[in-house]
Amino acid sequence: MTNLQKSRSTIEEQYKAKQNRPRIVVGLGTCGIAAGGNKVMAAIKNEVASRGLDVDVDFTSCIGMCFAEPAVEIGLPGQASVVYGGIYPDKVGQLIDGHVVGKKPVTELAAIQITGGAEPFEGIPVMEQSGYYAKQVRSVTSRLGRTNPESIEDYIATGGYAGIEKAVAMERLDIINEVKKSGIRGRGGGGFPTGNKWQFVHDAVGDKKYIVCNADEGDPGAFMDRSVLEGDPHAVLEGMMIAGFAIGADEGVIYCRAEYPLAIKRLNLAIEEAEKMGLMGENILGTGFSFKIRIKAGAGAFVCGEETALLNSIEGQRGMPRVRPPFPAHKGLWQKPTCLNNVETFANIPFIIRNGGEWYAAMGTEKSKGSKVFCLTGKINNTGLCEVPMGITMGEILNDIAGGIKEGKKFKAVQSGGPSGGCLPTEKLDLPIDYDSLISAGAMMGSGGLVFMDETTCMVDVAKFFLNFTQLESCGKCTPCREGTKRLLETLIRITEGAGTAEDIPNLERLAKVIKSSALCALGQTAPNPVLTTLRYFRNEYEAHINDKKCPAGVCAALLSFSILKDKCIGCGVCLKACPVDAISGEKKAVHVIDPAKCVKCGACVPKCKFEAIVKA
Amino acid sequence: MQSGSTCQLTGECRLPDRATLPATLYKELEEFIAQLPTKEGHLVTVLHKAQSLFGYLPKEVQQFVADYMGVSLAKVYGVVSFYTFFTMVPKGKYPISICMGTACFVKGAEKVVEAFKEALGVEVGEVTQDGKFSIDCLRCVGACALAPILTVGEKVYAHVTPDQVKNIIAEY
Repeated sequence: MTNLQKSRSTIEEQYKAKQNRPRIVVGLGTCGIAAGGNKVMAAIKNEVASRGLDVDVDFTSCIGMCFAEPAVEIGLPGQASVVYGGIYPDKVGQLIDGHVVGKKPVTELAAIQITGGAEPFEGIPVMEQSGYYAKQVRSVTSRLGRTNPESIEDYIATGGYAGIEKAVAMERLDIINEVKKSGIRGRGGGGFPTGNKWQFVHDAVGDKKYIVCNADEGDPGAFMDRSVLEGDPHAVLEGMMIAGFAIGADEGVIYCRAEYPLAIKRLNLAIEEAEKMGLMGENILGTGFSFKIRIKAGAGAFVCGEETALLNSIEGQRGMPRVRPPFPAHKGLWQKPTCLNNVETFANIPFIIRNGGEWYAAMGTEKSKGSKVFCLTGKINNTGLCEVPMGITMGEILNDIAGGIKEGKKFKAVQSGGPSGGCLPTEKLDLPIDYDSLISAGAMMGSGGLVFMDETTCMVDVAKFFLNFTQLESCGKCTPCREGTKRLLETLIRITEGAGTAEDIPNLERLAKVIKSSALCALGQTAPNPVLTTLRYFRNEYEAHINDKKCPAGVCAALLSFSILKDKCIGCGVCLKACPVDAISGEKKAVHVIDPAKCVKCGACVPKCKFEAIVKA
Repeated sequence: MQSGSTCQLTGECRLPDRATLPATLYKELEEFIAQLPTKEGHLVTVLHKAQSLFGYLPKEVQQFVADYMGVSLAKVYGVVSFYTFFTMVPKGKYPISICMGTACFVKGAEKVVEAFKEALGVEVGEVTQDGKFSIDCLRCVGACALAPILTVGEKVYAHVTPDQVKNIIAEY
């Protein structure tokens, strides 16, 4: 019996005892902290100390309901625990009075309850049945918002490191076969079957092999990997260790973007704790298998999410992609065979090894197995993190999980896959989400960021935004990407400024196809996707900009004009004061007018008018 | 690529005067390089450290790194200019970084940038004359659910609107 098995039962008992104590848990992921979680934590500690209450105060990571941050969970022994949303320091007293002292949940502040086998409270949605969670599965995110990410004990008590324990007793090829059986494909965007990749690295000849974890989650609008790193860092380490054992590597590197300081801090802590317990380092669990992991911070370059650019960056070079082949599986880090997967992929591995490949393959569609974590952002009611089985439709995510578009506005598009992805319209809401269906629709899974846009978003402007991004982030190594994205962007700028011509659309399409087929790496090959999908699904908006010199969404300033409706203006003069350039004139109590020559189209006057007399067209 | 700096996130800015970069900081950097297991592959790490010490990476510091790492100044400059986190100009005492990720963009981050530019009278990437503030755009801090987001030093502001800009500046 190994030390881990011995300590596991003690740790489990301690964890159970912890769950049986009155406790207040604050969500302290980056999102919780940004929303003011640390202040809430301080207020709670203050209240608990000053009142001398017998209650444990702990913290966890993000449970996924970012829209409800700062979130606080209160649980009493033998009762369901309640997650409260929007708890700012001024609400702390009320919560403690009600739930901790009064022993009754404060229903009006409650978001969900987690019963854990206890009788549910009335009037609070049970997590599994609540709008946000009913269609979700919680597998790779199961510890998020439930355990203390800085406690290795919490991890072990919830089945942690049982995967590596099982793996080291298996044959290496059996581990790889189990991963193959699970059908998991790379969660970083490419969707390459993970088991096959492991097999290549296993078969590759080399005196030294590396495991590299891609934690350079550069897609704006994507924060799955950050949430997993901050909420379950040990799962990533364990996944890498299992991979290391399976392919015969003794060293792993996590390349984490420097914009994620909290993730780096928690990873470092996790590595330290795992080493202390003999779960990492030399002779792990007495098996003779040695594995160490170090963290390499990025320095802010989107292209470093591309695998070969990432390897160059780890080597201390400019993060520019290499020509493939040779693929990293044969010549990767320091020219040695390297197994490179992203955070979410590695975090899934311990679950797959523990529960078996078939368990994982039971979820999802024929070609895309398992679950996928998505980040829901943009103009929706419930922004946050969700984990869903592959094959769920975009419409279910929008309407059931995200709670629909904000302020009753109309849905226009969802952007899937970051700057490399595409914008999908209403007609595609029935699309079952998997790797292949998204590609055939012109978008891609990417890492899992979904940005929802409403009717007030101009799709030409969005395409311009993404091209501006990829153009700035293009490393400059290959001409199609360096020059091509620049020309695409220039054309889009021209169109949004009202100088578009009839040739612009066919030119955009032709150039986009050339870049797609000739760029060196995935950044360039996918950069035209936002242009191509907006042209495919929202061509009428391009045409309106070019032919009618109008921006239907009212976004592109050069194509807007502001005017005051004579029958609605009462001459109050509020707009006149709001105008920064004195373009509005008019006597008191007389109809005001806007001088189009002076107007800079900032729109500052529109919200100021209480009579809705100012219109933009 | 934009300019940005690590110290904006770590809050370790020490803002040395360009003319008198303190010898103690050079000493600390030298010691940091000396304790590395190898020099190979650690250029980015060393530059991170250098920027956290000096606040920025002027030519003198790059030359120092090149000498101690045994590589050319061109190579160091190549790396510094490639990554957005490295900056060759000093930042303000309170560096303002506005996230321009997709979610923030969709929620109107551009208007927030405009409001800061107007209120402080400097462009993105510049420092105010008194050296108090600088404006930068960040790619994505991953708090997209709270968009638009910005950071001033280590402090994060969520759901920022252009109206709040004056109050944020007044806090410092």
